[in-house]
Amino acid sequence: MESGTCAEKDHVVVTVLDPKFKYEIASEPGGENIKYCFQCGTCTSGCPVSELDSKYNPRRIIRMAILGMRERVLASDFIWLCSTCYTCYERCPQDVRITEVMNALKNMAVKAGYIHPAFRAQAELIGGHGRLYEVDEFTNEKRAELGLPTLPGSSPEVAEIYGMTGLASLLSGKGA
Amino acid sequence: MKYAIFLGCTVPVRNLSYELSARRVARELGIEFADISEFSCCGYPVKSVHHETSLLLAARNLALAEEKGLDICTLCSACTSVLTETSRELAANEALLEKVNRSLGAIGRRYSGRVRVKHLARVFYEDVGLEAIKKAVKRPLDAFRIASHYGCHYLKPSEIYDHFDHPEVPQSLDRLVAATGAEAVDYATKKECCGGAILGVDENIALQMTRAKLDDIKANEADAINLVCPFCSVMYGANQRKIQAKYGTRYDLPILYYPQILGLAMGIDAEELGLSQNPIKPKALLAKIS
Repeated sequence: MESGTCAEKDHVVVTVLDPKFKYEIASEPGGENIKYCFQCGTCTSGCPVSELDSKYNPRRIIRMAILGMRERVLASDFIWLCSTCYTCYERCPQDVRITEVMNALKNMAVKAGYIHPAFRAQAELIGGHGRLYEVDEFTNEKRAELGLPTLPGSSPEVAEIYGMTGLASLLSGKGA
Repeated sequence: MKYAIFLGCTVPVRNLSYELSARRVARELGIEFADISEFSCCGYPVKSVHHETSLLLAARNLALAEEKGLDICTLCSACTSVLTETSRELAANEALLEKVNRSLGAIGRRYSGRVRVKHLARVFYEDVGLEAIKKAVKRPLDAFRIASHYGCHYLKPSEIYDHFDHPEVPQSLDRLVAATGAEAVDYATKKECCGGAILGVDENIALQMTRAKLDDIKANEADAINLVCPFCSVMYGANQRKIQAKYGTRYDLPILYYPQILGLAMGIDAEELGLSQNPIKPKALLAKIS
């Protein structure tokens, strides 16, 4: 049974909720204002992703997080659907800074072992080349032909930062 | 006017025409760019995965510009947001700056909090100014109707950008377009997101977001879309054909980067502005000015 739910009907069961979850979120960078949410729904009503697919619903995610539905939130696919457009962030009357709360939740999901494969791939590419797209020989030849400066294909300092922060270990599955 | 030019990841590999036109037009307008080859990814793509890593990548890039005594000019809106946010956070929070410097010290870098960050379009808008741009126009694009796509991180969060433009009623790009003599097309979905950030999570939703804007821009009979972000350009350019095939629609809507539009109006040769390298060839458009 997942934490925060009843096995038969998927209902929220108070006794298995984690009341500390919201404080943990509030101690993550970006998550500080989550408790200010008063569930007005301004975020969801202006969200371009919610408009197309109701499985992404920022108001619901924040309510679930405040209730303490830790596993349901962190293991979900929906937290990765925020397009980071900041529309809700600009409009939220309680300054919950929802886009940043979503980032805090995704950071927590990564530490709990739930990194989305697309984000893992991006993070690995940057750790390997210092950039999202490798600057290979072909690219540099083309750049030189156009009179543009060539660029290095790797960044040892970025790899060092990955080692220092523990992201390299997180990505290799060895834990931080 | 001298800046360290921050290319980011996408521009120098996938959007060479944006880089070519930016450098060409900047030179003409008296903006000097210095290249710093050690710049890496800005940090934005790992912000949602590992905040501390993102912060250090951004801080390292700021430190590199500071070593040269330069502020940063960005071409990508996502780079603009994470670098601006980090520059402001580190200038205001001494304890955090100290913590960041303990890590940067391990790779032989140090940041003291002095670098400021501006998107190229904002440099045109604020540093060069609309009047100087109008004066630089030699071939007004009177025959063009251009729809600007602001995207998200160019404007928001507005608090980190000193509210230089309004996030709900943005005007800077339309004014920059109008300064070239072209007609700035107004359309209902102007402020909407391209969807690019979730392309790898749910392609279906991401492409529908792009499609809704293409439909709207086409219905408003624009000749081209004005873009200032390379990732938005992946959505409206490279993915335009994919959307046409998937939904049975037809747009053939050229995308142009603002420096290409301005460069054309300044009388610069289309080839020097990289127009032949754009994903949707703007042939009909170019025929209007030749």
